[in-house]
Amino acid sequence: MTEAYFPVFAMLAVALVVALAVFTLTSLLGPKNMTAEKAIPYESGSATVGGSHVRLSVKFYLTAILFVVFDIEAVFLYPWASMFRDLGWFGFMEMVLFLAILGLTLVYAWKKGALEWEK
Amino acid sequence: MDALTLTLSTLAKIVFIMVIILTFAPILVWAERRQSAMIQDRIGPVRAGVKIFGYNITLLGLLHPLADALKFIFKEDFVPPKADKFLHAIAPILVVATAILAFAVIPFAEPMYLEHLGQVLPEAAARAGVVIPMQVASINSGILFIFAVAGTGVAGAALAGYASDNKYSLIGGIRAAGQMVSYEVTLGLTIVGCFMVYNTLLLEDMVTWQREHVWGIVAQPVAFILFMTCSIAETKRIPFDIPEGESEIVGGYLTEYSGMKFGMFFMGEFIEVVALAALATTLFFGGYDVPFLTSNGFNVFGMTANLPHVAVVGLQILTFVVKLAVMIWFQLMVRWTLPRFRYDQIMALCWKYILPLSLLNILVTGAIILLLS
Repeated sequence: MTEAYFPVFAMLAVALVVALAVFTLTSLLGPKNMTAEKAIPYESGSATVGGSHVRLSVKFYLTAILFVVFDIEAVFLYPWASMFRDLGWFGFMEMVLFLAILGLTLVYAWKKGALEWEK
Repeated sequence: MDALTLTLSTLAKIVFIMVIILTFAPILVWAERRQSAMIQDRIGPVRAGVKIFGYNITLLGLLHPLADALKFIFKEDFVPPKADKFLHAIAPILVVATAILAFAVIPFAEPMYLEHLGQVLPEAAARAGVVIPMQVASINSGILFIFAVAGTGVAGAALAGYASDNKYSLIGGIRAAGQMVSYEVTLGLTIVGCFMVYNTLLLEDMVTWQREHVWGIVAQPVAFILFMTCSIAETKRIPFDIPEGESEIVGGYLTEYSGMKFGMFFMGEFIEVVALAALATTLFFGGYDVPFLTSNGFNVFGMTANLPHVAVVGLQILTFVVKLAVMIWFQLMVRWTLPRFRYDQIMALCWKYILPLSLLNILVTGAIILLLS
């Protein structure tokens, strides 16, 4: 277990060191002269109106909910797919049933307009 | 394997992977510019050069990425005063680190037997000594690891948008998050058919299966098309680059980044392109498989030409790098051929077409495998 995951942590350490090195280099070497004009949020030159945390479409929230539903399904499919030959037709029919229920979920979300972005 | 061998071999493999990544990324920048110039009938960047003994060495523009990196590093490091300093700082680090980490489980040659390096590899029973798997980490979660790491990458883009204190950044960040999580679902589902055919989740076993049977693109052609679409969407490049859509939201989530921090998002993007090319090669093009090359040499229709083990491994690494380059070239061609999609088109493509098609692919694959066995 430790032997198998040791290289992963080694790789993570190297990746973090590379990213941090590049990051630190630009922080140290780059000049810093802040002016009042620079400090305002960049909006192509015009003055900002209101705060930066604007309201966003509720569709993004719906997408996130759909993501949770279908990503868990994907994770559920993985062990089944790797054991699939041993389970035979019985396991296959079980999965057909499972996917049918999930298909219904998708149809329901579709009919309710959760997938429409035009409105 | 003792601790010393494990540490040394791991370090050697990590160095190899880092060299591949850090040479491919600048070459990719160059290739993308020169290729786009050719597609659009321009010359592209060729001017940056070094003067040595009066000769101006330009290497066809290959020095431009180097000049870019230097310029990026010496640019002002600007952080918006009202930004969340901590989140603003970790976002680019997260993007680069997770993109590099995805390479940890990609196999780039068959396991190397140190004792048999100079000779033809004997039969499995006669092999002895230390075996070094030619991938950084051989873990039993296999491909799940790549998806876990890719899932963390979403946080990088979303955090960058959230922390920047800018409307454009926020809109870009939320668009990136919505698009990336949607395509993460389909990216995971499109290749379930492959797991069923290969009967494993381990990338090294997938390559072994493809060496013994056929390449994945023959066994799962539908999955390949869906997978490539999803993976290009996952990298947020044209035609799926609406989170950065310059013509409407300036630069999306990287609007308020400057200098090399801005460059890090591009670095992450290019490393992701290489990572997805590596994944596509492993899943659909036999990974390091060379046609007719077995563990002990070439075997063409009964005629054999034995090769020492070290030559076989070397050929496989070379083949893997060449396949990687071809897959990257393909992604660049797509990038410069198609126009940008609208956001509703991107989401509809994901949820209304790719998702049902990938579920259908799973059922059809399962039925065919069971009928044949």
